[in-house]
Amino acid sequence: MLTAIDFLIVSSLLFSLGVVGIIINRKNVIVLLMCIELILLAVNTNFITFARFLGDTGGEIFVFFILTVAAAEAAIGLAILVVLYRARNSINVQDLNLLQG
Amino acid sequence: MTTLYALSLITVAAPLLASLVTGLFGKSIGTVVSHRIAVTGVGLAFFLSVVLLGIVLQQQISMHEISLYAWAVSGITFEVGFLIDPLTVLMMVVVTFVSLMVHIYTIGYMHDDPGYTRFFSYISLFTFAMLMLVMANNFLQLFFGWEAVGVVSYLLIGFWFKRETAIFANLKAFLVNRVGDLGFLLGIALVFMLFDTLNYQEVFAKLSTTDLKLTVSLWPGMDVSAITLMCILLFVGAMGKSAQIPLHVWLPDSMEGPTPISALIHAATMVTAGVFMVARLSPLFELSDVARSFVVIIGALTALMMGLVGIVQNDIKRVIAYSTLSQLGYMVVAVGVSAYSVGMFHLMTHAFFKALLFLAAGSVIMALHHQQDLRHMGGLKAYLPITCVTAWIGALALCGIPPFSGFYSKDILIEAVHFAAIPGAGFAYYALLAGVFVTALYTFRLIFLTFHGKARWSHQKGHAVHEPGWVVTLPLILLAIPSAVIAWFTVEPMLFAANGYFKQSITIDTAHDVIGQIAYHYPGAFGFALHAVVTKPFWLAVAGIATAYLCYVRFPKVPARLAREFSVVQRVLVNKYGFDEFYQWFFAKGTRNLSLWFWSVVDIRIIDKSLVGGVVHAWGASARLLRHLQSGYLNHYAFAMILGLLGLLSFWLWG
Repeated sequence: MLTAIDFLIVSSLLFSLGVVGIIINRKNVIVLLMCIELILLAVNTNFITFARFLGDTGGEIFVFFILTVAAAEAAIGLAILVVLYRARNSINVQDLNLLQG
Repeated sequence: MTTLYALSLITVAAPLLASLVTGLFGKSIGTVVSHRIAVTGVGLAFFLSVVLLGIVLQQQISMHEISLYAWAVSGITFEVGFLIDPLTVLMMVVVTFVSLMVHIYTIGYMHDDPGYTRFFSYISLFTFAMLMLVMANNFLQLFFGWEAVGVVSYLLIGFWFKRETAIFANLKAFLVNRVGDLGFLLGIALVFMLFDTLNYQEVFAKLSTTDLKLTVSLWPGMDVSAITLMCILLFVGAMGKSAQIPLHVWLPDSMEGPTPISALIHAATMVTAGVFMVARLSPLFELSDVARSFVVIIGALTALMMGLVGIVQNDIKRVIAYSTLSQLGYMVVAVGVSAYSVGMFHLMTHAFFKALLFLAAGSVIMALHHQQDLRHMGGLKAYLPITCVTAWIGALALCGIPPFSGFYSKDILIEAVHFAAIPGAGFAYYALLAGVFVTALYTFRLIFLTFHGKARWSHQKGHAVHEPGWVVTLPLILLAIPSAVIAWFTVEPMLFAANGYFKQSITIDTAHDVIGQIAYHYPGAFGFALHAVVTKPFWLAVAGIATAYLCYVRFPKVPARLAREFSVVQRVLVNKYGFDEFYQWFFAKGTRNLSLWFWSVVDIRIIDKSLVGGVVHAWGASARLLRHLQSGYLNHYAFAMILGLLGLLSFWLWG
């Protein structure tokens, strides 16, 4: 029988994967967006897990919201990416260091 | 008494007003009007001083206090006020008389000087300041006058401010006087601490109720009598102003100023302020034998040592300046042995004959077109008869030859020291006796080198050497008269009369009342003059004059030979005992070097580079380190956020 811990482990693995992806990725901004999606999915998994094991459907309803927002966010992110590419001719993370002092 | 109020106020205000008018509007009103205003102002002050003297004598006024106004009240009252008593009015008459003579003389002496009106403004201002000093009824006003005369002295020494030596001299005078003033100010602070008031009469009144054994702790374990310390500190102020060893160095240099002010400020009036102050504060000084011993020893050292230096000086004004130092030493010794009235008496006669000698020297300098070197004078008696005669009178008075006024003051002074019993008086007696010989020697060296012998100057075409105008000779004659005769009719009332002139102003403890002892067998003015022929000072003076005659008239080669034979002594005297060199080296250079060290090490290295620069460098260095964190890469920032989140969570979980 699977316990809540198993689900939570999966979700934290997903979360960690996303975080590590953000941190060590130096190539492509699209990968960054994908990693953010991954983190959001890890959160969703948590929600579902707790909804299931606590018998509260509120968590599942929240997942819908989050998925909707994530889709919107991905759309905006990709739009920003297009603009970025137009402006700087690159979507390489290495080149995006304008924040440096 | 409103007359006294009005009289004293106008006496002070007249010179001040004259000074302001000539100073501010001198350029527009012209030289003639300027000197008329100045002479009128001082003349009025002199006239009113004489009137005041008359009133004081007639009505037997003692310590009449006039309060003008209080300018600050805070627990104690700071006020401007006058104390009219015999001591004050005597000083007022002397100051205004000499000042008037000098004003008149200046018309001739500064005749074509571009700073003519400025000079009149300064000397009128000086008269005002000196009057404020002598008429003060409290210590603070005394200090005001004290500083004001110091400022005017500074301005006048540096009157020819384009001369480098003059600027050096006035700065030196100012700085040396600061040393004395520091002591003076501390003394006044101590007076206030002990008596809680700065008014003379209140202080004197409180003396009887104050615990005289009070001590002040200089540093832990070192307790000194408060009264003694106070008197010595006040006297340090007098040492600065009256140029006593070791603060005497400024006075000879002050001869850089024009001759009239050398006569007025640096001979007759300002430099005697110290003596006046001690006499004024006689009730305080009477309480401390230690302080008076100190006064006596300083005075005696000054009297003898500075007189000796006078012998080797070649500048005519410097010879007289050293003579002034020496005579100030005499006065200081007199007040030190409680013979305050004799000190004041000598102050008065000295004011006349020393101002006379200075003005005579000025006349000679004018006649020779600003030649001041004794080696280039000689034989002037034929050309400057009035100057010569008046200078002779001044010189005889200075040497103490009867019946000139200086004889009475000096002889009684030495006699008083002879009777005194306080420690140091024995030494002082012999120092002063030796001083009499020295005085006669340098004075007549000056007289003989200037007026007698062969002329060692050359005629310039178109510049005949002749007596300057009457504005110069009149003051000489008017000063010569009191130099010769004033003592005849003042010596008895001032010093010996049962109800003496100074009875009310000066307090003398009967235990050391030396004047009383002399008065006991005083034979009267005429008898005293006759008596002179059996006293030591007289014969010493005669010996001094004879020596001067032999050395500088009969055998003019002797001095040079003596100088060769005793070259060590000669060198010590020419170098003035090395005071100047020592001060230059130790204080002037030492301060400079110390300041340089502070500047280069403390200021630049420690403050600028370590503290101020250090903070900047530390920020810079840490910023250089920290900027590596700001890579600009999004993933680095995300990583930092994660780390922060981890930190917060673990803190929440386990913290």
